[in-house]
Amino acid sequence: MSDRSIVVISAGLSQPSSSRLLADRLADATASELAARGITAHVETVELRDVAHEVVNMTLTGFASGTLASVIEKVTAADGVIAVTPIFSASYSGLFKSFVDILDKDALVGRPVLVGATGGTGRHSLALEYALRPLFAYLRADVAGTAVFAATDDWADSGGDDVNPLPARIRRAGRELAEMVADREPSAPVGLYDAVPSFDQLLGGA
Amino acid sequence: MQFGIFTVGDVTTDPTTGRTPDDTERVRNMLTIAQHADAAGLDVFATGEHHNPPFVPSSPTTMLGYLAGTTKNIILSTATTLITTNDPVRLAEEYAMLQVISDGRMDLMMGRGNTGPVYPWFGQDIRQGIPLAIEHYALLRRLWEEDVVDWSGKFRGPLQGFTSTPRPLDGVPPFVWHGSIRSPEIAEQAAFYGDGFLHNAIFWPLSHAAQMVGFYRQRFEHYGHGQADQAIVGLGGQVFMRARSQDAVREFRPYFDNAPVYGHGPTLEDFTRDTPLTVGSPQEVIDRYGTFRDQVGHYQRQMFLMDHAGLPLKTVLEQIDILATEVVPVLRAEAESARPAHVPANPPSHADRVAAARAAGSVHEQAVAEDTFTGLRAEDSLQS
Repeated sequence: MSDRSIVVISAGLSQPSSSRLLADRLADATASELAARGITAHVETVELRDVAHEVVNMTLTGFASGTLASVIEKVTAADGVIAVTPIFSASYSGLFKSFVDILDKDALVGRPVLVGATGGTGRHSLALEYALRPLFAYLRADVAGTAVFAATDDWADSGGDDVNPLPARIRRAGRELAEMVADREPSAPVGLYDAVPSFDQLLGGA
Repeated sequence: MQFGIFTVGDVTTDPTTGRTPDDTERVRNMLTIAQHADAAGLDVFATGEHHNPPFVPSSPTTMLGYLAGTTKNIILSTATTLITTNDPVRLAEEYAMLQVISDGRMDLMMGRGNTGPVYPWFGQDIRQGIPLAIEHYALLRRLWEEDVVDWSGKFRGPLQGFTSTPRPLDGVPPFVWHGSIRSPEIAEQAAFYGDGFLHNAIFWPLSHAAQMVGFYRQRFEHYGHGQADQAIVGLGGQVFMRARSQDAVREFRPYFDNAPVYGHGPTLEDFTRDTPLTVGSPQEVIDRYGTFRDQVGHYQRQMFLMDHAGLPLKTVLEQIDILATEVVPVLRAEAESARPAHVPANPPSHADRVAAARAAGSVHEQAVAEDTFTGLRAEDSLQS
């Protein structure tokens, strides 16, 4: 039985938040789909609220202080990432974007990512497609085909959607992420000094 | 071990008075600061190089040449010299001239610069930062080490039969440091040549500097310049001191809170915890900086940023006095007693390098053999 790491980023601001609620469900669905494939998922969840000050400080100083350094390390070393944000003013929250901004632009290349979002009504649901998906496309991440939006009503039985209710969407998304993660070898951490070209290579390339 | 100060030459409003010096005053203050550091007995003064306001030091060798004539003992250096956007031919000429004028009382530190538009302003592409640093420096060394250079490369026009003058003092080029905060390629470059490596850790946790220095040391040994612990290492630092710790914090806080770079960001308390910035009594500075060699190994040069963020000249001069009289003697004695015999106490001086070159038989007694002045103009050769 092999192992994979799943890191969940929740940008919800209230405690508890519906973004965290959705993030936990997506993580559970992914873990059980991985388990069905004989893979143990190690899930770790990051509430961006807990490192909000450090995120802003890093945008000003350029270095990660406090626990933020280990959070970035976890996210960039994960085999799969689940990213969930509330939709504010027609897009991801500012905190969510600030966190993405401080990641190295190559940190998520080729990485399986599942995106989710929450909002008051289903009228905000396409923000996933016009805001989050292009953001991760820019980072050249591998984004699961299903993105999950949960409106307040979705947390009732069927959320008014009898055909494709939230639990079914979560299951489908979890399955897609699990398939992508299972298809890849576990990611090995890459250190700053692992791929430094020798001086001959540097000089030759100059 | 050497202790010195470096300046970025920022023109910043004093947040406690609202007063802003003009460029002329700031340049003259920098001269006063360097002369004061010399008189106080500090070992090194280094100036930054910038080509955009609010920074004034665009022409380091002009400043350092003047200081060579108006100081006695202090080593004149840079922090940093832009190896990417300066023409390496001009760097070879200017710093050889400074070396001759200062009688070898200088060294210099290469850096890539951190201001994006400087690259296009000087005709370069920022995405080529590392290749520029590699090629330009390789040419610079040849211009110092070889009397006549034929050269062609990617980033500047070719040279045929070029001789950079004045030839280096005693036939031995200046000692060079390379500064980089997060590019291991530059640590690799420093290691390859057996040059010094300075990590200016003032905005970064020291654990990061320790990793980078560790990498440089290991590569220094790999390239056969000596053992890893014999590599020449420097660190940047930042302190503000008063006899009583709480006075230092109270006086420095408005400068910290409004400083360029980190102002309006982390708290003073967070920043002093995470970076080498130390605000307190001289003893607190001694206690903190005395532990750095536990993380990076014994090192040869500790530099301090003292004259930034709008601090008035009088305060800066007081800080230099406190550093030179109360902190440096203790730190130097501690470092010296902890230093293993095979590890160099200091970066190599000009005299050390001349002695080493003579021992190795690589010094040209007369660099350019004779006066080749012929009375012809350069244009005449076009007709011959």
